[in-house]
Amino acid sequence: MGFRERLATAAVMAALAAVGAGCGGDDEEAAETAAGAATSAAAAAGEGTSFEAGTTMQAIKDKGKLVVGTKFDQPLFGQKAPSGDVEGFDTEIARELAAAITGSRDNVEFVEAVSKNREPFIEQGKVDIVVATYTINDKRKEVVSFAGPYYIAGQDIMVKSDNDTIAGIEDLNGKKVCSVEGSTSEANVKEQAPQAEVLLFDTYSQCAEALGDGRVEAVSTDNVILLGLIEQNGDAYKLVGKPFTEEPYGIGLKKDDTAFRTFINDELERMYEDGRWKKAFESTVGKVEKNTPEPPPVDRYE
Amino acid sequence: MGVVLDNLDRYADAFWVTVQLTALGFLGSLVLGTIVATMRVSPVAPLRAAGLVYVETFRNTPLLVLAVLFVFGLTKVGIRFSLFTTFVIVISIYTGAFVAETLRAGMNTVGRGQVEAARSIGLTFGQSLREVVLPQAFRTVVQPLGNVWIAMTKNTSIAAAVSVVDLTAVAGRLTTDLARPLPLFAGAAIGYLILTLPMGALVGALERRVAIVR
Repeated sequence: MGFRERLATAAVMAALAAVGAGCGGDDEEAAETAAGAATSAAAAAGEGTSFEAGTTMQAIKDKGKLVVGTKFDQPLFGQKAPSGDVEGFDTEIARELAAAITGSRDNVEFVEAVSKNREPFIEQGKVDIVVATYTINDKRKEVVSFAGPYYIAGQDIMVKSDNDTIAGIEDLNGKKVCSVEGSTSEANVKEQAPQAEVLLFDTYSQCAEALGDGRVEAVSTDNVILLGLIEQNGDAYKLVGKPFTEEPYGIGLKKDDTAFRTFINDELERMYEDGRWKKAFESTVGKVEKNTPEPPPVDRYE
Repeated sequence: MGVVLDNLDRYADAFWVTVQLTALGFLGSLVLGTIVATMRVSPVAPLRAAGLVYVETFRNTPLLVLAVLFVFGLTKVGIRFSLFTTFVIVISIYTGAFVAETLRAGMNTVGRGQVEAARSIGLTFGQSLREVVLPQAFRTVVQPLGNVWIAMTKNTSIAAAVSVVDLTAVAGRLTTDLARPLPLFAGAAIGYLILTLPMGALVGALERRVAIVR
């Protein structure tokens, strides 16, 4: 490296550092550690439980861990903390299932699944289940099977705190709205506000940025995701608070693995009864959403 | 492939967006690359340094990173372009660095004696560059320049990440609705091949026509 090259390299570094300093700032220590992460009531299932040979449950038990596709960037549901742990409501549910199969909440491996990777990951057997704010719908049912739902979210709208012109979905007509590639949110907005112009970015945090920049006037997706963004951004944004859809979050698994699906559904119902579901909710989503809802009945569709 | 044929209109719109990104990116990077290559061989030291900084900055930063930086960074300093325009600017700047280096390699093949001869018959630096060096430089690097622009055509897919509805974006969006990633992305791949295969052939033909026989 000659002197001039070194000079140039230094200049590049300096320029990038300046850019970095210009827009750094406010991303506070993300996600406190998932509060006192539910003391496993799954001890009941324990090491001794065995499953019928050839079932997915037995295969997972033999393997020693449950491999779970989840979001890594979804506050309150599945977010990778600086410590490297993935924390949230989805991962709590997954840990309870891991405990029920293998005997320990720690026998779980989280794999990042962005929205559009969820079906391929299940089909290719890259993951055993997907718990990733995964809305159950008919088109997806053609490719994967769903246990649950374990939570009913609803699509809502986030705007800047000082915005008082958008009070509901109908006000989005003619406005620019941001959502994320690979989610059902776009279709829902289009259906109820056909004149809305929907921009799609890769992550919800980019949508929040676009809202801050004034590139869009609203961000629309499931309310709980919006709550997470609001939590991260202080008082800059607010929720309109009028959900216009019902989004049942399900647990995705290989299509037609009925025994596995029934097992997960049974275990979910046990979690509803013995309070593990409530505990998981309150230690994660409950930090922002103070009203803990009733758990939804599982849907054992044909 | 039924799902692709059912949505042919959306693919066609998206294909047109990809064509525009490619065409504008080609023009932008050709202009920028030529300017920067010239700076890098100019007799003025600060210009040479600026050219070097440009090339090393943009050649060594991933396009996706640049796209996100520009989309969210420009608005922070009060400059607002549409997402499409912003991405055209980004891909022109990024590809311009590669064009500049390729072209500079071509300039270096032009014999020193020719430049000295040009200057000694009274041509200015600009004239000798325009009339003597650049024409020969472009002819020498037709094939590598072709590679740069074919790579750029495929790189336009990064636009999908910043909400520009190109071929890749359409495949991704339809996948959300229809959950059939394989045929839908295969459809996008065909779209890119329709663009890049003729480009490759054109580059080959052009090279045979303009090659300098030494």
